[in-house]
Amino acid sequence: MIHARGIEVSFGSVKALDGVDLLVADGEVRALLGPNGAGKTTLVSVLTTLLTPTAGTAVIDGFDVCNQPNEVRSRIGLAGQYAAVDNLLTGRENLEIVGRLYQLPKAVAKKRASEALERLSLTDAGDRLVRTYSGGMRRRLDLGASLVGRPKVLVLDEPTTGLDPRTRIELWEFLRELVDEGATVLLTTQYLEEADELADEISVIESGRVIAEGTADELKQRMGGDVLVAAPVDRNSLIALCEIVATVTGNEARLTDSGSVSAPVNNKVDSLVRVAAELDRAGIELAEIAIQRPSLDDVFLSLTGDAPTVEES
Amino acid sequence: MSTAIRPDAAQAISRPSLFGDAVTMTRRNLLRLSRTPQVIVFSTIQPLMFVFLFNFVFGGSIETGVSYINYLVPGVLVQTSLFAGSNTAIGLAQDLESGAIDRFRSLPMRRSAVLIGRTLADAVRSLITAVVVVAVGFALGFRPGGGVLALVAGIALGVAFAHAFTWVFTFMALKVRDVEAVQAAAFIPVFPLVFAASTFAPVENMPEWLQAFASRQPVTLTADTMRALFNGTDLGSSWFWALVWIAGIFAVAATLAVRTFERS
Ligand SMILES: Nc1ncnc2c1ncn2[C@@H]1O[C@H](COP(=O)(O)OP(=O)(O)OP(=O)(O)O)[C@@H](O)[C@H]1O
Ligand SMILES: [Mg+2]
Repeated sequence: MIHARGIEVSFGSVKALDGVDLLVADGEVRALLGPNGAGKTTLVSVLTTLLTPTAGTAVIDGFDVCNQPNEVRSRIGLAGQYAAVDNLLTGRENLEIVGRLYQLPKAVAKKRASEALERLSLTDAGDRLVRTYSGGMRRRLDLGASLVGRPKVLVLDEPTTGLDPRTRIELWEFLRELVDEGATVLLTTQYLEEADELADEISVIESGRVIAEGTADELKQRMGGDVLVAAPVDRNSLIALCEIVATVTGNEARLTDSGSVSAPVNNKVDSLVRVAAELDRAGIELAEIAIQRPSLDDVFLSLTGDAPTVEES
Repeated sequence: MSTAIRPDAAQAISRPSLFGDAVTMTRRNLLRLSRTPQVIVFSTIQPLMFVFLFNFVFGGSIETGVSYINYLVPGVLVQTSLFAGSNTAIGLAQDLESGAIDRFRSLPMRRSAVLIGRTLADAVRSLITAVVVVAVGFALGFRPGGGVLALVAGIALGVAFAHAFTWVFTFMALKVRDVEAVQAAAFIPVFPLVFAASTFAPVENMPEWLQAFASRQPVTLTADTMRALFNGTDLGSSWFWALVWIAGIFAVAATLAVRTFERS
C-alpha cells in the first residue's frame, strides 16, 4: 500500500531524511517511532505530497507521490501534527469544506460530515465554532476531517500528543475501530507505549534514518523487555531482596545505586504477585515495587548502542 | 454504526474542478469573515475617518475644480483598497502558519483555488466597504452627477483595482510567510502609491519630478477615472491606462502568486 524507497530530503545543509525505505502492507498499522527532529513529519510530508523529496520515490496504492499527486491525494487522509481546523468555522462546516475539496457532491459531503461528527462524539458540538472547542475536541475534529474522504490510507502525525490520558485512550480505541474496518494507517509517535498499543509493526526512525523495524515485541526483545524494580524500606534487606527477585524471575537481579533491585521479567503480573508473596513471607517491607516498561530512551540507547540495523546498500 | 472510513470503491475520482474549488474556498473565507464582523467594522471605520478628516480639515483649502467631497470619495475608495490589502496578506499568512494550508494541499483540489478563494472573498469585503464609504459620502454632500450606471461602473473599477492588488499582497504573503512581518511589509508599497497620487489632492501642485511619477501610476489613473465616471466629466485617456495597469498588475501578480504557491 505504501512503498517508499531511498527517500532523501535536505533543507539547506540539514539532511532531514537520509535514505528512508518503508514498506507498509494493505490493512497494516505502522508506527513511525522517533524523538523530536527525527524526521517523522518530513517523511509524512513526502508521503502526503506536501514535500518533494530530494531523492527517492514513494508509491501509495500504486500511484507515485511526485508524478501523480492528485491520485495519491484522493486516496489519503492526513491529520497533521498541529490540528489544522478552522477556529472561525463550526465543526460541521470544517468537515463539509474538506468533503467538498475531496470533490464529493454537496449532499454526500454533508452526509459524511454528519457521520464523522457522530463517530467522533462531536455531534452535540458540531454546530459550535471550533474556537470554543477543547484541545481534545480539536484533535478529534482534525481526525474526522481526515476521514470524510474515506481514504484508503490514513496518515496521522502524532495524533495523541497533548491529549490527557483518558482522551488518548479514547482515541486509541477509535483508531482500533478504524483498523478493524480495514484502513491502512501510518502514524507517528514519540511514545513506545502508543506504538505498542496500536501498531502491527514499528519503524524506529532517528536522524533521518530507519534504524530498526519490527513488532513491538521484537524491539523490546532487543532491549531485554520489561523490568521489575523493587526497593526495600530497610536498606539492610537489599541482599535478601535481590535473592528473592532472582529466584522468582529466574533472571539475574541487579542492585542499583539508588538502593533498589531490578531484574528483567517475562511474566509481569505473575512475577509481581509472587515477589510480593515471597517478601511477605520473609518479612521484608517494601518501599516500592513496579514493573517498568522500556522507555523510548531505552529503545534508542539500546538501538544506537548496537550497530545500525539498516545500512545503506 | 456506518463505516465512515471504509475505502469507497464506488467513489469516482473526478478531476478537481477549479470553479467548484474556488467557490468552496470563497465560501469558506466569507464564512470566516462573517464570524469576525469586527474586521469589517474596523476596516470600514478607517476609510470613513479619512473621508471625515480630509473633508473637514482640508476640504476648504484644496482646489480641485469640483466640490472636495466629490473629489475625495473616489480617492478614499482607492486608498482603502490598498490599505485593506494587508488584510489579505495577514489572512493568508495565518492560514500558512496554522497548518490549514497544509491540509488543503493534501486534498485532491486545485491548489490555486486556495488563493482565488482568498482574493475573491476580499473583493466582496472591498465591495462592502466601498458601498458604505459612498453612502457616508452622500450624507456629507457627495453628489455624483454621472448617473447610476456610471456610479456602478466606478465602484466596479475600484473593486477591480482592489482585486488586482490583493494578488500582489497574496504574493508577498507567500514570500514572507509570517503574519507580523507581512503586515509591516505590506505597507511599504502602499504609502508611496497612496500619497504620491491624486488620492487627496490634484497632482498639479506637486513638484515636477514627483508629478512625473504621480500622474502615471495606477492609483492616480484609477482615482481620476472614477472621478470622471462619478462626476460625469470627460474620461480622457485615464480610463484606458487605468485598465491597462489593473490588468497588468493582476496578470503578473496572480501568475507569480499561483506559481509560488504551487511550487512550495
Ligand atoms: N522547513 C524546514 N526547514 C529547515 N529544516 C527543517 C524544516 N523542516 C524540518 N527541518 C529539520 O528537519 C529535521 C526533521 O524534522 P521533522 O519535523 O521531520 O522532525 P519530527 O520527527 O517530526 O520531530 P517532532 O517530533 O519534533 O515533530 C529537523 O532537524 C528539523 O530541524
Ligand atoms: Mg513532527
